Amino acid sequence: MIEFHLDSRSGVAPYLQLIQQVRQALRLGLLREGDQLPTVKDVSGSLAINPNTVLKAYRELEYEGLAAAKPGVGTFVTKTLSDESIAAHQQLAEDLMIWYRKARAAGLDSESIDAIFQRTTRSALQEEAV
Amino acid sequence: MTAVIDARGLGKKYRRRWALSDCTLSIPAGRVAGLVGPNGAGKTTLISLATGMLAPTTGTVTVLGEQPASSPAQLAKVGYVAQDTPTYASLSVEDHLRFGAHLNPGWDARLARKRVEQLALDPTKKAGKLSGGQRAQLALTLAIAKRPELLILDEPIASLDPLARREFLQILMESTAEHELSVVMSSHLVADLERVCDYLIVLVDSRVRVDGDVDSLLASHHLLTGPRRDTATLPASQQLITESHTDRQSTFLVRSTEPILDPAWSVAGVDLEDLVLAYMSGASARSQVRQPASAAAQVNR
Repeated sequence: MIEFHLDSRSGVAPYLQLIQQVRQALRLGLLREGDQLPTVKDVSGSLAINPNTVLKAYRELEYEGLAAAKPGVGTFVTKTLSDESIAAHQQLAEDLMIWYRKARAAGLDSESIDAIFQRTTRSALQEEAV
Repeated sequence: MTAVIDARGLGKKYRRRWALSDCTLSIPAGRVAGLVGPNGAGKTTLISLATGMLAPTTGTVTVLGEQPASSPAQLAKVGYVAQDTPTYASLSVEDHLRFGAHLNPGWDARLARKRVEQLALDPTKKAGKLSGGQRAQLALTLAIAKRPELLILDEPIASLDPLARREFLQILMESTAEHELSVVMSSHLVADLERVCDYLIVLVDSRVRVDGDVDSLLASHHLLTGPRRDTATLPASQQLITESHTDRQSTFLVRSTEPILDPAWSVAGVDLEDLVLAYMSGASARSQVRQPASAAAQVNR
């Protein structure tokens, strides 16, 4: 079972934050096929949020084929994001670690490293779009 | 789906002053509706009319399809927590539960006891000796244990400290999910309602300024910033809520269901608090440019 949390300053709608946290847990292997998601009542109660927000997130996960509701029991994970999981891309993580050490050795602080990473991601996205 | 509260041209006049005028709204079932507005806007008057504590001067209101307080059966379907969550100071927690069991035909004694245990309230303690947060929780417990279809709360959290406020909203949301309640709650603390409400009614100066589904309201309001221009040049599909100008720049908050395509504008979204404050502060500005209700409805389609 996972526990949700909400960042009220992120500007991301609460139902989207719930969806992102389920996907993230799947990628990290914290959730696997067959696992139960917290009940709507538990999520509403612990986060003090509208039950319809939780229902909306769970419906979206069902639509994506990641979860299924069993009436009267709860919502269960139906798919493992194994190909997207971080463990499957260990080599990429190691490459990034080498790059990160180089950046630190060059005297960059984490804000500058973030800026380079984001700028590179954006120009890559731009290239893909062309 | 039927409306939990349906008002048509509802108004209430005290001597010379209209506390609520020409109020037409329909709150759908299964929602948590937030009734917001400054103090004295008419929130409590609307709630008193909906609970049958007041009779309207003009118009009609039905609650769950019936006239408020018209029969014991209608009363049993509505739970009501009045302003500042009142309890009987000289009665113990246990007395309150016994009182609730006697007065309410659908009383759920097991639920009431479970809640009191969960809240770690001492059943022998007099309500007058409880903290503000505990008193609010006791009042909420009584309202929920009568197992209503609709729960109406008037400013339940305004006088609570942040922790008690959060605990109150946690229990309220948990119960809403568990018992599939419809909820209507008034508040002037918009930030607290942001996660809780999915339907919004903004009352200003005794009138409904805006109402609707929170997600669609947020999606249809845009903050436009760009070079200075005249309000009259905005397209008809954009309903102006607020405006401000410097000698070079104009900022408009508009309501539009169509996308904003004008490249001169930089467009930003708004959060619930921005939206509510805009309607409160834009109340006087808007009356000059206000479209007739029918025209606004056509635009929104």
